[in-house]
Amino acid sequence: MDQGSAAGTGGTLISLSDSEQRCYSGLYALCQPDSSGKLAAGKVAELFRASQLPAETLHQVTEVCGAKRLGYFGCGQFYGALKLMAAAQAGLPVRLESIAGELPLPVFVGITNELEMRYPNQPLTNESQSHILGSVTGSAPRPPADRPVLRHPDTSMDKQEVWSPPQSPGISPPRSPSAYRSYPYGAQRNGTDTLLVYEAKVPGLPSVPQENSSPSHYSLRLQPEQPVITRVASVERLVERVEVDYSDDPWRITEEQREYYTIQFRSLQPDLSALIMGTVAKNFFTKSKLPILELSHIWELSDVDKDGALTFPEFCTAFHLIVARKNGYPLPETLPATLRPGFVEAAVVTAPPSEKIGSVDLQMTSRQGVTTKQEARDESRKPAEFSPKRIPEPHEKPTQHVSTLKPDSPQELDANMKSRTRPRSYSSTSIDDAMKKVEEPPTPPPRPQKTHSRASSLDLNKLFQQSGQGSRRSQHSLSAKSGWLPPPPALPPRPPATQIFSFIPGSEKSSQKVVQQPNFADFSKFREEETSVRGGLSTEDLTPPKLDSTVVHQGHAPQKPVRRKIHPESQSATPPSATPYSAATLTKSTQRPPPKQKREIQMAIRKNRETNAVLTRLNSELQQQLKVVHRERVTLESQLELLRPVAST
Amino acid sequence: MQTAIMIVANYPLYIRSVPTQGELKFHYTVHTSLDVVEEKISGVGKALADQRELYLGLLYPTEDYKVYGYMTNSKVKFVIVVDSSNTSLRDNEIRSMFRKLHNSFTDVMCNPFYNPGDPIQSKAFDSIVSTMMVQAF
Repeated sequence: MDQGSAAGTGGTLISLSDSEQRCYSGLYALCQPDSSGKLAAGKVAELFRASQLPAETLHQVTEVCGAKRLGYFGCGQFYGALKLMAAAQAGLPVRLESIAGELPLPVFVGITNELEMRYPNQPLTNESQSHILGSVTGSAPRPPADRPVLRHPDTSMDKQEVWSPPQSPGISPPRSPSAYRSYPYGAQRNGTDTLLVYEAKVPGLPSVPQENSSPSHYSLRLQPEQPVITRVASVERLVERVEVDYSDDPWRITEEQREYYTIQFRSLQPDLSALIMGTVAKNFFTKSKLPILELSHIWELSDVDKDGALTFPEFCTAFHLIVARKNGYPLPETLPATLRPGFVEAAVVTAPPSEKIGSVDLQMTSRQGVTTKQEARDESRKPAEFSPKRIPEPHEKPTQHVSTLKPDSPQELDANMKSRTRPRSYSSTSIDDAMKKVEEPPTPPPRPQKTHSRASSLDLNKLFQQSGQGSRRSQHSLSAKSGWLPPPPALPPRPPATQIFSFIPGSEKSSQKVVQQPNFADFSKFREEETSVRGGLSTEDLTPPKLDSTVVHQGHAPQKPVRRKIHPESQSATPPSATPYSAATLTKSTQRPPPKQKREIQMAIRKNRETNAVLTRLNSELQQQLKVVHRERVTLESQLELLRPVAST
Repeated sequence: MQTAIMIVANYPLYIRSVPTQGELKFHYTVHTSLDVVEEKISGVGKALADQRELYLGLLYPTEDYKVYGYMTNSKVKFVIVVDSSNTSLRDNEIRSMFRKLHNSFTDVMCNPFYNPGDPIQSKAFDSIVSTMMVQAF
């Protein structure tokens, strides 16, 4: 289109750069301008949705560019809107002043992708630009055909349910989109209603594209069908196949969907060629929260061999039907041809476009019977409209569905939802939800594994305490008690140690194992020391009662220091072992999410404090023992000296 | 001409009649015929999948209709009620109807979402039964 027409926004002249102009003109052509330059509201709405801006922003854009006032998108308004959207995407406020300067081109997620697909052979510096070039060339034959399109909605705006009951299952899905489509058209006339309607639908979408860009990417792919279909000659085989996939829309499974179904199938049954038993499938599909009656119907449709189990193609069919149903598509009475297992398996490019066109023709004829004023409608144009109609209309119905589904689904949705493409734009939220929903059962949410480490840390600390107490008790036995309890105290630590060993296999964190093993190493070292201590202490056992005899004393004295040495060693060993352990636990806890981290740290702190207390007590006792021993030593030495002179003389 | 197809497992699982009014009469008929079925079963050793004809012209002279019975291995009884005026129906046709019914019934049973004992609400089953009734009667 021309640069001068970019002026329209509120009278302010907006200059477009070359790239902008190319892009905008292409997009303009994409939106099916009619003879007077007005754009198809449906296409504009889709384009706006593809910009991934929030509904509020789009509303503002429409207002500022003047389309709201006029009630339609003329060339100027459209260009203004595009610039405003570019500004919004760049983060600027939606104002006329924002677009005065140079801005990057607005990004339309679906549009660029589809254009890429359509013109894969064209080198693209800027995706939209070159795409626009191609689309511009192709759009020439379209505008005349657009006229009847616009006129049709004018007349049938009020007759949303005007389609006669579908003669074939394939037609029933498109029926709904047609009703939706007339919404924007009619609203366009009123001016305000469109935006309201459009906004109502938009909120569903922006959330979804943010979650996952491929759905909108996929959904917008349907848009180019119109220009593509008319330009059959120039369409490549690949594009055609994509067309075919999309134009038969609700009942055809795309590649991404198939991959998703494959993943789901594998989660239920690792072997792709095996069957999923009925009960398994029932539990799985019941999670989609569809009424049992509908699930039962879906099952009957998809289990073609009636064996009570689902093969992989049957599973795909069933899943696809559930997804479609979740998005508001009424269930067909019989299985659509595209969902038959035989067809489903042949997912290669060999899908005959003639088949598609044949089905499209069927739809068209039924359509024509119903719609008035569709004179001289290009047969190939109809399918083009069907697809966008099909897309938008379920959107209107599923918005309610989605709103009701969304409360349920988020809880069911699993965090690890894979990127899923949606067959159509409306499906953005609901299919995501449906998918997530179905996904969630197979993959339970990851369980917090803190307990393991915490438990193990507790155990080890307890162990340490016990061993500490055991050594403490050994001190007591030295002073008064005859029974030496080191072996018993040592025993309790051991079972917990074994428990920890069992924890390790149970633990899901490898880091945990790593942490525990060094602790085990430390602990085993500690235990070794303890045994040596015990050995030393056992000899002490014999000696404490015989403190009176000098021999014993002498024997005791060397042993005492030995024990003392060993014990402090063990004591010193345990703190080091404790500290690395606590450090490890601490480090581990730092890795945890903050609330658990705090708790863990507090636990560790508590444990450390306890061990500290034990250690200090031990220390004080040992010091006292040391003093006692010193005194004894002094007395002994003095006696020795007394005796020696006597002996020498 | 009134015809009805009923599936009973000691309580009605499925009832379908061509003129949809007067179902109550068919309920009554089925109940009475159940007794006859039991009689026949106890009499004949263990002939499964028996197809029996119930008393032709048994009931009131005003409404003379034939009741055909069929029982599966799991004690599910199929009952077909046809007008006596419809003399064109041969026994073989009735047997084939019962066979089709039985096949469709097992298909319904195969559906994991169907709880045995629930009334059968499957649309596929309905359509099969309707076509069968239309064809036969």
